[in-house]
Amino acid sequence: MTLSYFVRRVFFLFLVVWTAATINFVLPHLAGRDPIKEQMLIQIASQGRTQADAEAMIRTYTRLFGLDRPLWEQYLTYIGNVMRLDFGYSINNYPRTVMDIIISRGRLTLPFVVVSIFISFTFGILLGAFLGWNRTPQWVSNLVVPPMLVLSSVPQFLVALVLIYFVAFRMRLLPMNGAYPRTMVEDWGSLTFWMGYAKHAILPILSMVLVDASGWALGMRAMMVTVEGEDYATFAEAKGLTTWRVFFRYLLRNALLPPLTGLAIRLGFIITGASLVESFFAYNGLGSTLGGAIGNFDYFLLYGIVTIMVMCIALATFVMDMIYPLLDPRISYKAQRG
Amino acid sequence: MNQPLLEIKDLKTYFYVKAGTVKAVDGVTLNLDPGVKMGLVGESGSGKTTMALAVMRMIKPPGTIQGKISLNGVDLVTLSNEEMRKARLSQISMIPQGAMNSLNPVARIRNQILDGLEDHGVKLSKSEANDRLAQLLQIVELPTKVADMYPHELSGGMKQRVTVAIAISMGPKLIIADEPTSALDVVIQRQVMETITRLVRELNLSMILIGHDMGLMAQSVERLAVMYAGKLAETGGVKEMFADPLHPYTQKMISSLPVLGRRGVFEGIQGIPPSVINPPPGCLFAARCPKVIAGTCQEISPALREVRPGRWVSCHLYN
Repeated sequence: MTLSYFVRRVFFLFLVVWTAATINFVLPHLAGRDPIKEQMLIQIASQGRTQADAEAMIRTYTRLFGLDRPLWEQYLTYIGNVMRLDFGYSINNYPRTVMDIIISRGRLTLPFVVVSIFISFTFGILLGAFLGWNRTPQWVSNLVVPPMLVLSSVPQFLVALVLIYFVAFRMRLLPMNGAYPRTMVEDWGSLTFWMGYAKHAILPILSMVLVDASGWALGMRAMMVTVEGEDYATFAEAKGLTTWRVFFRYLLRNALLPPLTGLAIRLGFIITGASLVESFFAYNGLGSTLGGAIGNFDYFLLYGIVTIMVMCIALATFVMDMIYPLLDPRISYKAQRG
Repeated sequence: MNQPLLEIKDLKTYFYVKAGTVKAVDGVTLNLDPGVKMGLVGESGSGKTTMALAVMRMIKPPGTIQGKISLNGVDLVTLSNEEMRKARLSQISMIPQGAMNSLNPVARIRNQILDGLEDHGVKLSKSEANDRLAQLLQIVELPTKVADMYPHELSGGMKQRVTVAIAISMGPKLIIADEPTSALDVVIQRQVMETITRLVRELNLSMILIGHDMGLMAQSVERLAVMYAGKLAETGGVKEMFADPLHPYTQKMISSLPVLGRRGVFEGIQGIPPSVINPPPGCLFAARCPKVIAGTCQEISPALREVRPGRWVSCHLYN
């Protein structure tokens, strides 16, 4: 029954998020470090506070963050907060809240990453399907596949470096770094700001698309070849169908199923998938923020970003679970397998 | 004497690959009269399926088709790709080999049947389409509700019936059935085969039935063609061929069939068929032939000649 399938999936969604949140809570505690003390020691060293002052501050902050309470109490508060998407204050950037940081950084990351994932997927799938098609002349493959093999195995940031050097530095066609023009204030309500953001996003998007699309295309090409060997491909041709119907409805439609699962997984990594590209383009995005939070041992920021990440993956999987039976009738909502 | 429906003249299907030239079908000449069912038998790799694909012009590069394939006087080899596409299903259609896997797994049966009609210019309203579907499914003895099902919800026999419904949907003149029942168990095989033979009779179609099953051939066809290593060994009426096989290969093949009431070990044909990549000169069966004529068979390739009316053999014994 469709409803019970839905309920079961929702239950699993919560189970995954809860488990991840718990692991997320336990792990930093196992590290045996005290983030507040470390923070204070840095301040003592740099600003020359007295020992007594520092200890008083440590006590105050520990109480403020609730780190003096018993572990189970901390855990319950934490889980309750996670459910409300409230991750408390950042230790390093007090008094900014974690959610506030995630939103302000995420705004810079999300648009360009989402756009690049979708461009990569669409472009890669179509290109791959075309390359794998037995009606495409062989020389096209011979021409296009070798560079794609190279691109797909090169890290994105290397492509980013090359693009920065040639397109931005030598030819001065596009800005070298930053998420938006330095002369602008971040204002998501204004069109000019969006234009500035878009212009700055071209190179990062391009460096992700070149790599990702090559990967999708190579995978899709292999799938197409497999599907073309199937009996239904031969029979479709024997039915005298038009070339385009065979291509889209019989070949591409079937070859598309595995990459779609891949897309769901890829979407789960929206937030952190681009952290290296972000750092090469000096985006102050979520990826670099996560790196910083690990370096500074900012418990709460770390909790927040990782939990959001897990939620994204769980949600993407959930959405895929919901639509997959529509795409592949062999997977039904009723099936209990797996 | 009426004009044959299908006239194949010196058909060659060569694949030019790195290892050399694969002569999958090499100089086949064959006539098929309207309303006649012809069986095409031969070992695996003897070029039966390749010949079927060649007749439908579905050979992919590096394969090439040479010769003449004329259907109702129209040479299919010279048609444009678009004309050939339209000829498929409306003139010649195929009942495919792999019944289990010949339907698109992600499309409903309804669409798989209607796709073929639509791409041949048949425009149907929703209710006309439903009527047509019901009618086609009824002809192949399937319930109407099958139209709204997906292939994985059907059994092997039902799937094969769907492919039969598709094959006859545009009223072709010729059906090529490529081992239509080899993926099914014997009971279902018989039922599906009965449906196919009934339809061929009722719709007055010609059929080429490809297979290895000599028993099935004896029951279902009127003429038989035996292929060996890409060449036609012998053709003739099925009864004559069983009673009096001329080519040593046919003789061996028929004598290797089990006979009711006779016990013992059956002989079979010694050796394996030769490779069709760069085949040697001479008769390709010479190495396995018990009646080989030394000096002739290994040197000269025997031509296919009509030794009796309607009886063609390619063998030096009958020169």
